[in-house]
Amino acid sequence: MSERRAKPFSITAMPGFATIAILAFVLLYVPIITMVIYSFNASNSVALWGGFSFRWYAIAWENDTVQEATVRSLVIAVSAALIASTLATLAALGTTRRKKFKGQTFVYVMINQPLMVPEIVTAVALLIFFAAIKKATGYTGLAYLILAHSAFCVPFAYLPIRARLEGMDLTLERAAADLYATPFQTFRRITLPLMAPGIAAGAMLSFVISLDDVIITEFVKSAGQDTLPTYMLGQLRRAVTPEVNAISTALLGLTVLLLTAFFLLTRKRG
Amino acid sequence: MNQSARNGWLLSLPALILLVVGAAGPLLIVAVYSFLEPGDFSGVEWSFTTEAWFRVFFERDIFDDTVSAADAHLTILWRSVKLSLLTTLVTFVIGFPTAWFIATQPPNRRAMWLFLITIPFWTNLLIRTFAILEVIRNQGLLNSFLQWLGLIDAPIQILYTDGAVLIGMAYVYLPLMVLPLFAAIDRFDFRLIEAAYDLYASRLLVLRRIIVPIVRPGIVAGSILVFVPSLGAYVTPRILGGGKNMMIGNFIDLQFGQGRNWPLGAALSMLLLFIVMAALLAYVRVTSSEDRQNV
Repeated sequence: MSERRAKPFSITAMPGFATIAILAFVLLYVPIITMVIYSFNASNSVALWGGFSFRWYAIAWENDTVQEATVRSLVIAVSAALIASTLATLAALGTTRRKKFKGQTFVYVMINQPLMVPEIVTAVALLIFFAAIKKATGYTGLAYLILAHSAFCVPFAYLPIRARLEGMDLTLERAAADLYATPFQTFRRITLPLMAPGIAAGAMLSFVISLDDVIITEFVKSAGQDTLPTYMLGQLRRAVTPEVNAISTALLGLTVLLLTAFFLLTRKRG
Repeated sequence: MNQSARNGWLLSLPALILLVVGAAGPLLIVAVYSFLEPGDFSGVEWSFTTEAWFRVFFERDIFDDTVSAADAHLTILWRSVKLSLLTTLVTFVIGFPTAWFIATQPPNRRAMWLFLITIPFWTNLLIRTFAILEVIRNQGLLNSFLQWLGLIDAPIQILYTDGAVLIGMAYVYLPLMVLPLFAAIDRFDFRLIEAAYDLYASRLLVLRRIIVPIVRPGIVAGSILVFVPSLGAYVTPRILGGGKNMMIGNFIDLQFGQGRNWPLGAALSMLLLFIVMAALLAYVRVTSSEDRQNV
């Protein structure tokens, strides 16, 4: 059949589509690449090129505020990823591979709720809620941020874990049970190792999502609790130096690294 | 309740508690706050009133108590809806050909193009907004380029206009349009196009009568995925729009900061939530009725 059409006429070709697509990719990447290039700018300006240098990386690195914000961001992101992926693993075990139970739709809606409600609304809600608790208890530590981040990370951890569980073969677990393994042994030795890539992928997505969050953090944080993104947001209000480019580029590098790992983990096997 | 169902609930319970405390529960407090009176400096007075909801749409004259539409609020609401619709339109016009292009690439190259769309998708929104800020500012790449071409003599003021917010939102939300469109086009049976051409259909006719109706769920999904976050956008209008070109998200922020009117902010938050929920419900209805047709 295709011999008959062995002339330039392609059925999938649409005039101008390829041009628009290439243009879209160029438009997507030009700003990002420009930002990366200017992070290596030796001059004080984000507009004029003064030669290649790591100066702004050094300045960002030596900035105490940036250091503290980085550590804070990492502490929150690691805690949120651990909490969210643990609870999401339990929830995924509860909602897959069994007959749909009464109220399961409610569980789904609750888990996916952070994906549906606009972030600014959740941010305002948490501001009100936590302000009352802060006033009542006097505690203003990082726990609020960790709690909020864990909550909105749950759907991002849940989805890859559930996908992994649904694609899993039940025969290995049955075989283990046939060989007199206790349910716990079966879970520990068979189910959990098989789920591991899904859990790792979920934890990684949660980490990235938590690390990127601006709005909820901006509303929930107490004084002096800037994370990297809220620090950058504050900087953008003032005169912008290539320091912000350097921080952005470092974060971008981290995202690309984690994404590549995520794709390798979730890639179809066999 | 049988044991399986009980285990299902027990295993889901920790996640549910976390979500109730850290996300869903506080929304109820917002709903309650929208019916209270504002406190003197911030916070609320615990007495019931519908004043906050009234003030979302109307204002009273201080002297003679005449009621008129709250123009400032309505302008912001209208700007939010208008910019979100325009963002959806722009991302569709650019995103559809892009998704089509990716889906019609040979399989070995398709993964690479998809990955190139996914990187910006997962990159921090703040970073991407900052990147586009550097391009459209007066001394930025765009103005320098246009001046170098000789098209303009002096930089055009793009930053801090509605146009800047539109450019920024279209830029940051484009991947959200491309990904569902790609998923829909990827499942498309291209033999249908061949059949249409065999029956002497023109390209435009094929596009209008064959492709668009079949990939419609992808179009609807992409539009919802772009429209919903655009409407609640906060970071992009704050950075690119400046103080005057607020969207509803920034206006809510203002009520909890300098505006010091928590009930009004709470009512606006609820309004935003209702609009978003209505859009999502409409989406569910459209897709589920299409599923039934396809069975």
